Amino acid sequence: MSLTLGHFLSVGAILFALSVVGIFLNRKNLIVLLMAIELMLLAVNMNFVAFSHYLGDMHGQVFVFFILTVAAAESAIGLAILVLLFRNRSSISVEELNTLKG
Amino acid sequence: MDYQTGFFYLFSAVLLFAAFRVITSRNPVHAVLYLMLSFSQAAALWLLLKAEFLGLTLVLVYLGAVMVLFLFVVMMLDIRLDGDRWGFWQNFPLAAALGGVVAVEIIAVLWVGFPKIAVEAAPVASDVSNTKQLGLLLYTEYLYPIQVAAVILLVAMITAIALTLRQRKDTKTINPGEQVRVRAADRLVVVPLAATQKAAPAAEQTEEGKA
Repeated sequence: MSLTLGHFLSVGAILFALSVVGIFLNRKNLIVLLMAIELMLLAVNMNFVAFSHYLGDMHGQVFVFFILTVAAAESAIGLAILVLLFRNRSSISVEELNTLKG
Repeated sequence: MDYQTGFFYLFSAVLLFAAFRVITSRNPVHAVLYLMLSFSQAAALWLLLKAEFLGLTLVLVYLGAVMVLFLFVVMMLDIRLDGDRWGFWQNFPLAAALGGVVAVEIIAVLWVGFPKIAVEAAPVASDVSNTKQLGLLLYTEYLYPIQVAAVILLVAMITAIALTLRQRKDTKTINPGEQVRVRAADRLVVVPLAATQKAAPAAEQTEEGKA
Protein backbone atom coordinates (compact mmCIF):
# COMPACT_ATOMS: atom_id res chain seq x y z
CA MET A 1 0.00 0.00 0.00
CA SER A 2 1.70 3.12 -1.20
CA LEU A 3 1.05 6.65 -0.11
CA THR A 4 -1.78 8.47 -1.75
CA LEU A 5 -3.02 12.02 -1.73
CA GLY A 6 -5.69 11.03 0.75
CA HIS A 7 -3.13 10.18 3.43
CA PHE A 8 -1.68 13.68 3.44
CA LEU A 9 -5.07 15.35 3.18
CA SER A 10 -6.24 13.31 6.17
CA VAL A 11 -3.27 14.48 8.24
CA GLY A 12 -4.08 18.05 7.25
CA ALA A 13 -7.74 17.60 8.17
CA ILE A 14 -6.95 16.09 11.58
CA LEU A 15 -4.45 18.87 12.26
CA PHE A 16 -7.04 21.49 11.33
CA ALA A 17 -9.66 19.88 13.58
CA LEU A 18 -7.16 19.74 16.44
CA SER A 19 -6.45 23.44 16.13
CA VAL A 20 -10.18 24.23 16.01
CA VAL A 21 -10.57 22.26 19.25
CA GLY A 22 -7.64 24.21 20.65
CA ILE A 23 -9.37 27.49 19.88
CA PHE A 24 -12.52 26.20 21.60
CA LEU A 25 -10.71 25.09 24.71
CA ASN A 26 -8.15 27.83 25.18
CA ARG A 27 -10.26 30.86 24.39
CA LYS A 28 -9.04 32.58 27.55
CA ASN A 29 -5.37 32.31 26.70
CA LEU A 30 -4.24 34.58 23.89
CA ILE A 31 -0.87 32.93 23.40
CA VAL A 32 -2.32 29.47 22.87
CA LEU A 33 -4.87 31.02 20.50
CA LEU A 34 -2.01 32.39 18.38
CA MET A 35 -0.34 28.96 18.42
CA ALA A 36 -3.57 27.29 17.30
CA ILE A 37 -3.78 29.74 14.40
CA GLU A 38 -0.23 28.79 13.43
CA LEU A 39 -1.24 25.12 13.50
CA MET A 40 -4.22 25.89 11.24
CA LEU A 41 -1.97 27.60 8.72
CA LEU A 42 0.35 24.59 8.88
CA ALA A 43 -2.56 22.27 8.06
CA VAL A 44 -3.52 24.42 5.07
CA ASN A 45 0.08 24.45 3.90
CA MET A 46 0.20 20.67 4.20
CA ASN A 47 -2.78 20.40 1.86
CA PHE A 48 -1.17 22.80 -0.60
CA VAL A 49 2.10 20.86 -0.68
CA ALA A 50 0.30 17.53 -1.04
CA PHE A 51 -1.80 18.75 -3.96
CA SER A 52 1.25 20.35 -5.53
CA HIS A 53 3.13 17.05 -5.40
CA TYR A 54 0.38 14.74 -6.55
CA LEU A 55 -0.94 16.96 -9.32
CA GLY A 56 2.54 17.87 -10.53
CA ASP A 57 1.94 21.61 -10.28
CA MET A 58 4.50 23.90 -8.69
CA HIS A 59 2.08 26.80 -8.19
CA GLY A 60 0.86 25.26 -4.95
CA GLN A 61 4.32 25.49 -3.44
CA VAL A 62 4.56 29.14 -4.47
CA PHE A 63 1.34 29.74 -2.60
CA VAL A 64 2.78 28.04 0.49
CA PHE A 65 5.67 30.46 0.25
CA PHE A 66 3.34 33.45 0.43
CA ILE A 67 1.31 31.91 3.25
CA LEU A 68 4.51 31.50 5.24
CA THR A 69 5.31 35.18 4.65
CA VAL A 70 1.92 36.37 5.82
CA ALA A 71 1.94 34.01 8.80
CA ALA A 72 5.32 35.31 9.94
CA ALA A 73 4.11 38.92 9.67
CA GLU A 74 0.90 38.06 11.50
CA SER A 75 2.62 36.34 14.39
CA ALA A 76 5.15 39.18 14.74
CA ILE A 77 2.42 41.83 14.93
CA GLY A 78 0.27 39.64 17.18
CA LEU A 79 3.09 39.14 19.64
CA ALA A 80 3.90 42.86 19.57
CA ILE A 81 0.27 43.65 20.41
CA LEU A 82 0.43 41.04 23.17
CA VAL A 83 3.52 42.65 24.69
CA LEU A 84 1.88 46.07 24.52
CA LEU A 85 -1.28 44.70 26.13
CA PHE A 86 0.67 43.09 28.93
CA ARG A 87 2.59 46.30 29.52
CA ASN A 88 -0.57 48.37 29.82
CA ARG A 89 -2.85 45.95 31.67
CA SER A 90 -0.27 43.62 33.27
CA SER A 91 -2.49 40.71 32.24
CA ILE A 92 -3.33 39.00 28.98
CA SER A 93 -6.48 37.29 30.14
CA VAL A 94 -9.24 37.65 27.59
CA GLU A 95 -11.76 37.97 30.41
CA GLU A 96 -10.36 41.31 31.51
CA LEU A 97 -10.26 42.87 28.05
CA ASN A 98 -13.78 44.18 28.16
CA THR A 99 -13.28 47.94 28.30
CA LEU A 100 -14.51 48.35 24.72
CA LYS A 101 -17.87 46.93 25.68
CA GLY A 102 -20.45 49.69 25.20
CA MET B 1 4.47 -1.17 2.57
CA ASP B 2 7.65 0.59 1.61
CA TYR B 3 9.83 2.64 3.86
CA GLN B 4 8.23 5.92 2.77
CA THR B 5 4.89 4.78 4.13
CA GLY B 6 6.50 3.83 7.42
CA PHE B 7 8.15 7.21 7.69
CA PHE B 8 4.84 8.88 6.81
CA TYR B 9 3.06 7.14 9.68
CA LEU B 10 5.89 7.91 12.09
CA PHE B 11 6.01 11.61 11.22
CA SER B 12 2.23 11.94 11.20
CA ALA B 13 1.87 10.26 14.58
CA VAL B 14 4.47 12.53 16.18
CA LEU B 15 2.96 15.57 14.44
CA LEU B 16 -0.55 14.90 15.68
CA PHE B 17 0.62 14.01 19.18
CA ALA B 18 2.62 17.25 19.37
CA ALA B 19 -0.35 19.26 18.08
CA PHE B 20 -2.55 17.65 20.73
CA ARG B 21 -0.05 18.55 23.43
CA VAL B 22 0.11 22.13 22.13
CA ILE B 23 -3.56 22.68 22.81
CA THR B 24 -3.71 20.79 26.12
CA SER B 25 -0.48 21.59 27.94
CA ARG B 26 -0.73 23.69 31.08
CA ASN B 27 2.49 25.56 30.67
CA PRO B 28 2.73 27.91 27.66
CA VAL B 29 6.47 27.23 27.39
CA HIS B 30 5.74 23.53 26.96
CA ALA B 31 3.13 24.42 24.35
CA VAL B 32 5.69 26.41 22.36
CA LEU B 33 8.21 23.56 22.55
CA TYR B 34 5.60 21.06 21.34
CA LEU B 35 4.72 23.49 18.55
CA MET B 36 8.36 23.44 17.49
CA LEU B 37 8.26 19.62 17.46
CA SER B 38 5.13 19.61 15.32
CA PHE B 39 6.65 22.07 12.83
CA SER B 40 9.77 19.93 12.51
CA GLN B 41 7.63 16.86 11.80
CA ALA B 42 5.66 18.81 9.21
CA ALA B 43 8.94 19.77 7.55
CA ALA B 44 9.88 16.07 7.43
CA LEU B 45 6.51 15.27 5.83
CA TRP B 46 7.15 17.95 3.21
CA LEU B 47 10.49 16.34 2.48
CA LEU B 48 8.60 13.10 1.82
CA LEU B 49 6.50 15.06 -0.66
CA LYS B 50 9.69 16.23 -2.43
CA ALA B 51 9.17 19.86 -1.45
CA GLU B 52 12.71 20.24 -0.19
CA PHE B 53 12.96 24.01 -0.35
CA LEU B 54 9.76 24.59 1.59
CA GLY B 55 10.67 21.97 4.18
CA LEU B 56 14.02 23.58 4.84
CA THR B 57 12.42 27.04 4.83
CA LEU B 58 9.97 25.82 7.45
CA VAL B 59 12.83 24.65 9.64
CA LEU B 60 14.91 27.79 9.15
CA VAL B 61 12.21 30.44 9.27
CA TYR B 62 9.67 28.88 11.60
CA LEU B 63 11.79 26.90 14.00
CA GLY B 64 14.65 29.37 13.82
CA ALA B 65 12.85 32.70 13.95
CA VAL B 66 9.13 32.65 14.62
CA MET B 67 9.14 30.00 17.32
CA VAL B 68 12.07 31.66 19.07
CA LEU B 69 10.06 34.88 18.98
CA PHE B 70 7.13 33.03 20.54
CA LEU B 71 9.36 31.54 23.20
CA PHE B 72 10.88 34.94 23.91
CA VAL B 73 7.50 36.60 24.38
CA VAL B 74 6.10 33.73 26.45
CA MET B 75 9.07 33.81 28.77
CA MET B 76 9.03 37.61 28.99
CA LEU B 77 5.39 37.83 30.02
CA ASP B 78 4.57 36.81 33.53
CA ILE B 79 1.74 34.38 32.96
CA ARG B 80 -0.21 32.79 35.73
CA LEU B 81 -0.22 29.08 35.13
CA ASP B 82 -3.41 28.30 36.94
CA GLY B 83 -6.66 30.01 37.75
CA ASP B 84 -7.83 30.73 34.23
CA ARG B 85 -8.20 27.09 33.26
CA TRP B 86 -11.41 26.36 35.06
CA GLY B 87 -13.76 24.29 32.97
CA PHE B 88 -11.06 23.10 30.60
CA TRP B 89 -11.59 19.37 31.03
CA GLN B 90 -15.25 20.07 31.60
CA ASN B 91 -15.58 21.45 28.08
CA PHE B 92 -13.21 18.89 26.62
CA PRO B 93 -15.71 16.14 25.66
CA LEU B 94 -17.92 18.54 23.70
CA ALA B 95 -14.92 20.13 21.98
CA ALA B 96 -13.42 16.73 21.17
CA ALA B 97 -16.73 15.57 19.71
CA LEU B 98 -16.98 18.69 17.55
CA GLY B 99 -13.39 18.29 16.41
CA GLY B 100 -14.02 14.65 15.57
CA VAL B 101 -17.04 15.65 13.49
CA VAL B 102 -15.01 18.29 11.65
CA ALA B 103 -12.15 15.88 10.95
CA VAL B 104 -14.39 13.01 9.82
CA GLU B 105 -16.40 15.25 7.51
CA ILE B 106 -13.34 16.81 5.90
CA ILE B 107 -11.67 13.41 5.46
CA ALA B 108 -14.83 11.86 4.03
CA VAL B 109 -15.22 14.62 1.47
CA LEU B 110 -11.55 14.52 0.52
CA TRP B 111 -11.39 10.72 0.19
CA VAL B 112 -14.43 10.73 -2.07
CA GLY B 113 -13.44 13.82 -4.01
CA PHE B 114 -9.84 12.87 -4.61
CA PRO B 115 -9.60 9.13 -5.03
CA LYS B 116 -6.31 7.35 -5.02
CA ILE B 117 -4.03 9.53 -7.03
CA ALA B 118 -0.79 7.63 -6.78
CA VAL B 119 2.66 9.13 -7.01
CA GLU B 120 3.25 7.50 -10.37
CA ALA B 121 0.22 9.18 -11.86
CA ALA B 122 1.76 12.62 -11.84
CA PRO B 123 5.50 12.59 -12.30
CA VAL B 124 7.13 15.87 -11.49
CA ALA B 125 9.98 16.81 -13.77
CA SER B 126 12.92 15.38 -11.91
CA ASP B 127 15.81 16.72 -13.93
CA VAL B 128 15.48 20.19 -12.37
CA SER B 129 15.76 20.59 -8.63
CA ASN B 130 12.80 21.70 -6.56
CA THR B 131 14.51 24.94 -5.57
CA LYS B 132 15.22 25.84 -9.18
CA GLN B 133 11.64 25.15 -10.20
CA LEU B 134 10.32 27.28 -7.38
CA GLY B 135 12.75 30.09 -8.15
CA LEU B 136 11.88 30.06 -11.83
CA LEU B 137 8.23 30.51 -10.96
CA LEU B 138 8.82 33.07 -8.23
CA TYR B 139 10.98 35.42 -10.22
CA THR B 140 9.08 35.32 -13.50
CA GLU B 141 5.41 34.71 -13.05
CA TYR B 142 5.09 35.80 -9.42
CA LEU B 143 7.34 38.85 -9.53
CA TYR B 144 4.73 41.36 -8.39
CA PRO B 145 3.36 39.11 -5.60
CA ILE B 146 6.84 38.54 -4.23
CA GLN B 147 7.37 42.29 -4.05
CA VAL B 148 4.05 42.69 -2.29
CA ALA B 149 5.22 40.01 0.14
CA ALA B 150 8.39 41.99 0.75
CA VAL B 151 6.33 45.10 1.48
CA ILE B 152 4.17 43.08 3.88
CA LEU B 153 7.27 41.97 5.76
CA LEU B 154 8.54 45.56 5.88
CA VAL B 155 5.21 46.82 7.20
CA ALA B 156 5.18 44.05 9.81
CA MET B 157 8.68 44.97 10.94
CA ILE B 158 7.88 48.69 11.23
CA THR B 159 4.61 47.95 13.00
CA ALA B 160 6.21 45.65 15.53
CA ILE B 161 8.92 48.19 16.30
CA ALA B 162 6.48 51.10 16.50
CA LEU B 163 4.12 49.18 18.78
CA THR B 164 6.71 48.11 21.28
CA LEU B 165 8.93 51.18 21.23
CA ARG B 166 8.74 52.84 24.58
CA GLN B 167 10.28 56.13 25.62
CA ARG B 168 10.99 56.62 29.26
CA LYS B 169 9.67 59.79 30.82
CA ASP B 170 12.81 60.68 32.71
CA THR B 171 15.36 60.48 29.95
CA LYS B 172 17.11 63.76 29.15
CA THR B 173 17.24 63.32 25.43
CA ILE B 174 17.70 66.35 23.24
CA ASN B 175 16.15 67.12 19.91
CA PRO B 176 18.94 67.86 17.42
CA GLY B 177 16.58 69.69 15.07
CA GLU B 178 15.56 72.19 17.70
CA GLN B 179 19.16 72.61 18.71
CA VAL B 180 20.26 73.49 15.20
CA ARG B 181 17.34 75.83 14.59
CA VAL B 182 17.99 77.93 17.69
CA ARG B 183 19.08 81.57 17.24
CA ALA B 184 21.16 83.73 19.49
CA ALA B 185 18.18 85.90 20.40
CA ASP B 186 16.38 82.89 21.88
CA ARG B 187 19.12 82.19 24.34
CA LEU B 188 20.65 85.62 25.18
CA VAL B 189 18.64 88.73 25.96
CA VAL B 190 20.57 92.03 26.21
CA VAL B 191 18.95 94.24 28.80
CA PRO B 192 19.85 97.93 28.42
CA LEU B 193 21.28 99.25 31.66
CA ALA B 194 22.85 102.58 32.46
CA ALA B 195 26.56 102.47 33.12
CA THR B 196 26.19 104.02 36.59
CA GLN B 197 23.36 103.56 39.01
CA LYS B 198 22.36 105.83 41.82
CA ALA B 199 23.14 104.15 45.11
CA ALA B 200 20.24 103.37 47.35
CA PRO B 201 20.01 105.37 50.57
CA ALA B 202 22.00 103.53 53.21
CA ALA B 203 20.08 104.78 56.28
CA GLU B 204 16.78 103.23 55.29
CA GLN B 205 18.43 99.91 54.65
CA THR B 206 20.02 99.78 58.08
CA GLU B 207 16.79 100.81 59.79
CA GLU B 208 14.89 98.15 57.93
CA GLY B 209 17.53 95.62 58.81
CA LYS B 210 17.21 96.50 62.53
CA ALA B 211 13.45 96.41 62.40
